[in-house]
Amino acid sequence: MAVKSIISRPVYGTLSPQPGKHHLFIADAEGALAIAEMARRAPPGFFDDAEIVFIPGPDGKHVAALEALKPEQFHQAPSFASLLPRLRQTLANAHMGLRLYLAGTEGLIGQAMQVALEAGIDHTSMQTEHRGSLARRMQCVHCKGITENVTTQPATCAHCGLLLLVRDHYSRRIAAFQGVCINAEDRSEVPPMEEIFR
Amino acid sequence: MSTGTTKLDVVVSDVVPVNDLVTRFHFRRRDGELLPTFSGGAHVVVEMRDGERTRLNPYSLMGSPLDTREYTISVRRDDVGRGGSLFMHRNVKPGMEMVVSYPVNLFSLDLRAKKHLMLAGGIGITPFMAQTAQLAAEGGNFELHYTCRTASLGTYADVLRERYDRRVRLYHDDLDERIELDRLLSTQPLGTHLYVCGPAGMINWVRDRAASLGWPAETVHFEHFAAPQPGLPFDVTLAVSGKSIRVDEQQSLLEAIEAAGVDPPYLCRGGVCGQCETNVISCDGKFIHNDHWLSEEEHRSGKKIMPCVSRFEGRSLVLER
Repeated sequence: MAVKSIISRPVYGTLSPQPGKHHLFIADAEGALAIAEMARRAPPGFFDDAEIVFIPGPDGKHVAALEALKPEQFHQAPSFASLLPRLRQTLANAHMGLRLYLAGTEGLIGQAMQVALEAGIDHTSMQTEHRGSLARRMQCVHCKGITENVTTQPATCAHCGLLLLVRDHYSRRIAAFQGVCINAEDRSEVPPMEEIFR
Repeated sequence: MSTGTTKLDVVVSDVVPVNDLVTRFHFRRRDGELLPTFSGGAHVVVEMRDGERTRLNPYSLMGSPLDTREYTISVRRDDVGRGGSLFMHRNVKPGMEMVVSYPVNLFSLDLRAKKHLMLAGGIGITPFMAQTAQLAAEGGNFELHYTCRTASLGTYADVLRERYDRRVRLYHDDLDERIELDRLLSTQPLGTHLYVCGPAGMINWVRDRAASLGWPAETVHFEHFAAPQPGLPFDVTLAVSGKSIRVDEQQSLLEAIEAAGVDPPYLCRGGVCGQCETNVISCDGKFIHNDHWLSEEEHRSGKKIMPCVSRFEGRSLVLER
């Protein structure tokens, strides 16, 4: 579970069926379980107007469970980058009445939310549920490079190599947590690295 | 005391009859300076000194926010109301000195929207006059659907058609023209925000259909100033200031509190903004809630009242004021 700290640190809810004309689900790995659990609370015929876009985890599980919901459309993608053009196209052609549901890792929720914000959906209007890894997308404030799947504190920037304190300070605009150099005064001071974002 | 607003000393620079029911009033500053900046959807509270009595009514600013040499409001005459609009129509003449509040906006545009869909009913057109002027100047994307009783009572319909052409769609009740609301709401591009101003029934209808059709609450904006309704006189005890007051038939509870020399906070005086929310210490009787601020649950609880528009019928009422 994502723990509440400072106000910019996102908190997630539990997916619940919303009134709407069309329902778009984007999920990765164990996010599928959040959709399957919500389906039990959904009115009959809810998935007749639904589209599910799913990025399976390395174990490839949960595809059958989502297909069993019989959504109007089901689409699998190997990565978020690979589904991005399709997602942008869907949102560009969408009308008011489309509802968005995001479930899975923080990285997936954050990146899908970033695209939806650009399309004009308010972040408070989206349903989100966190499942699976707490690994973070991090932006280095020094070189601006993004490092994916950060699990340690501190973490090394994959671009400039600085040792960064991974803060709870989060940007919806760039869908990343902020990383700030942890030993700027004395680079020889190297605090121990612990794996805390599992 | 109006929260966060200072007063503006103005002079009535023009009074223009618009149609059988509506008259437009222009105000300029007495010192000749520019008036404070406002944004589309803002209102001012106009002080009306009518003999012994002072009325304070909110009116939407309808001029372009780009021109602050004057403020303009349009007032629809209400022959059965408490007399504020009749005072404006009968007593206010060019050259008269008046006092208005600083502008306050409780119905502002969300400028993150990709498109603004506006629905006006009757005199509810006034905030949209300012909002469309603001958006047109910025190249904003908007569409206005305006329902009026008849063409001759379609206040500013001609002006709007001339300014914005096909971006304005008119519906006349007497010709049985109706907004196809479900179709309209279902064909708007993602990122559209909805704005509705008009009679309470229209606002409720639009909000209800929008919610059913999947419009998130954050995208639906509405404004309805409830005019304080006249009613039976009632007595109130103000516990904090230790006063007992009587609210007359034609007076609002807020006005009666002010007349007793107690100065509660207020902003809109129309049951919208929440500033004058007052705790009820005890009561024996029933509340007549007319505001859009308190939740239904709060209305039922009998623990809060909005004195600007709501009344009471019964044996006793004690307020924390």
